[in-house]
Amino acid sequence: MPSILFYIFSAIMCLGALMVIFNRNPVASALSMLLSFISLAAIFIGLNSYLIGILQILVYSGAVMVLFIFIIMLLDLQKEDKDAFKPAAIAAGIIIPIVLLIQLASVLHVSHQDEQYSQAPELELAEAAKNFPEGSVIATDLSAGKLPDVHLIGHYLFTDYNFPIQVIAVLLLSATVGCVVLSKKISS
Amino acid sequence: MDIDLVFILSTAVKIILFTFVISLLMVAYATYAERRVSAIIQDRVGPNRTGIPLTLFGGKKDWHFFGLIQPIADGVKNLLKEDFTPAHVRKFFFWIAPALTLIPAFLCLAVIPFGSSVTLPTGDEIKLVIADIDIGPLFVFAIASLSVYGITIAGWASNNKYSFLGGVRSTAQMISYEIAMGLSIIPVLMVYGHLNLNNIVQYQAENGWLLLPLWKDGVFGFYLQNLLLWIPMFISFVIFLTAVFAETNRMPFDLPECETELVGGYHTEYSSMKFAMFFMGEYCAMIVGSALVVTLFFGGWAVGIPAVDSAISEMAWGGIIHLLVFLVKVVAFIVTFIWVRWTVPRFKFDQLMKLGWVIFFELAVVNIVIAALILFYVK
Repeated sequence: MPSILFYIFSAIMCLGALMVIFNRNPVASALSMLLSFISLAAIFIGLNSYLIGILQILVYSGAVMVLFIFIIMLLDLQKEDKDAFKPAAIAAGIIIPIVLLIQLASVLHVSHQDEQYSQAPELELAEAAKNFPEGSVIATDLSAGKLPDVHLIGHYLFTDYNFPIQVIAVLLLSATVGCVVLSKKISS
Repeated sequence: MDIDLVFILSTAVKIILFTFVISLLMVAYATYAERRVSAIIQDRVGPNRTGIPLTLFGGKKDWHFFGLIQPIADGVKNLLKEDFTPAHVRKFFFWIAPALTLIPAFLCLAVIPFGSSVTLPTGDEIKLVIADIDIGPLFVFAIASLSVYGITIAGWASNNKYSFLGGVRSTAQMISYEIAMGLSIIPVLMVYGHLNLNNIVQYQAENGWLLLPLWKDGVFGFYLQNLLLWIPMFISFVIFLTAVFAETNRMPFDLPECETELVGGYHTEYSSMKFAMFFMGEYCAMIVGSALVVTLFFGGWAVGIPAVDSAISEMAWGGIIHLLVFLVKVVAFIVTFIWVRWTVPRFKFDQLMKLGWVIFFELAVVNIVIAALILFYVK
């Protein structure tokens, strides 16, 4: 992606994140978070990772945030507007980002020490195509210089990461069953 | 991707042509078609007078053109009406809500393949799709799921209990039917093995439409494997089409604006152009829905006969013929949408939820297994 677009979307993302905190209206905060998510999706798409970017919109913006807004609207948190910040909340809001900043700084520090990681390795798509069966969509796309990210993610999910995905499926199923049981009315 | 002048210019031309010329015109004339078709169904006349008022300029007779100027008159009326903002609304959200409904609907047009490709005199081949990306259907689902914000925010910002109920209903309805919609096309995508809408249409141009698979390697005939696969594909089509009705808030699922219960639903407080923007958003979503149904199940721009399609594709300007074929199919589906609206009565909300969660969700999951088994034995 031309880096100018990266900077534009990063700026929008940070602006959205700041607006989540500084807006006193919960619905406005939730919508700012939506703005932030969509810019994040744009950055993913700029990195040629279309599937992750679209899933970011489909799952977080399209489903999770809708439920957030739904709940905020139904609860109608109007009195929150006037509450002042509590000292404990401010303290937590300062300490947690500082911890995360330290972590980020340490990672950046380490990666700069080692010269070979300071530059991202060049993608050699045609080279990678040899690992996949001849004539498959992945191999054809990779030799043509395209990154078939949907097919690659699918391939790895069902080969190398097959067991974890089955475990997650069972977890989701049990969560669904639990929801149904909880929301079922108890007959007296 | 190397960005060159031809690419930028052709993309700009495609954006203007597909969204502002073709789709906006279709939105305008879909409202006209809605009124005329409903009039035919209900044995009325409908708007058949608005033409060129020649008598105003001293002519003998007005030109009526069957009322074809009506959408322009409607547009002018909506622009000139007083844009009234009630005092009790949340102003900022009240103002952005119509835009939040309209923008996602038009964004979805970016991945729809309108035609095959056109070869310019310079030798550049230009595909008649704005963004030829590898995740077409997912892009449409993701962006269309954003249009729920416009309706929800409109209902909430209006500060009116009827509007709010409309917004809440819309959220519940769209989230429920998104699941059935997403699951219903998994069998279809298993057949294609690709998420690029242009490749999907190309596959159908070579093998016949998904719901008319009478060709194999270009030879006509009734093949057992095609007929077996036809069954899960048809179930997918029924679920997908119904989900599109629910997602676009069209009858029989237009509960968010159910006028017998909710006055006007989420747009009760809106007037003039802001109201018209909700209306345009709904019709544009309908066009995108029709285009997606046509692309996935009815061959997109493909004529349906492999030999004819390859002959058209070889012509330099053959893409234009394909574009017209595609538009004819989309218009046919829009008429179907209108026909259903004026034929089927409205559901109750609990019936709508039951249909989505109890029938379509299960049916879609079972359909995936059926399609997978058939594909396993056929391929």
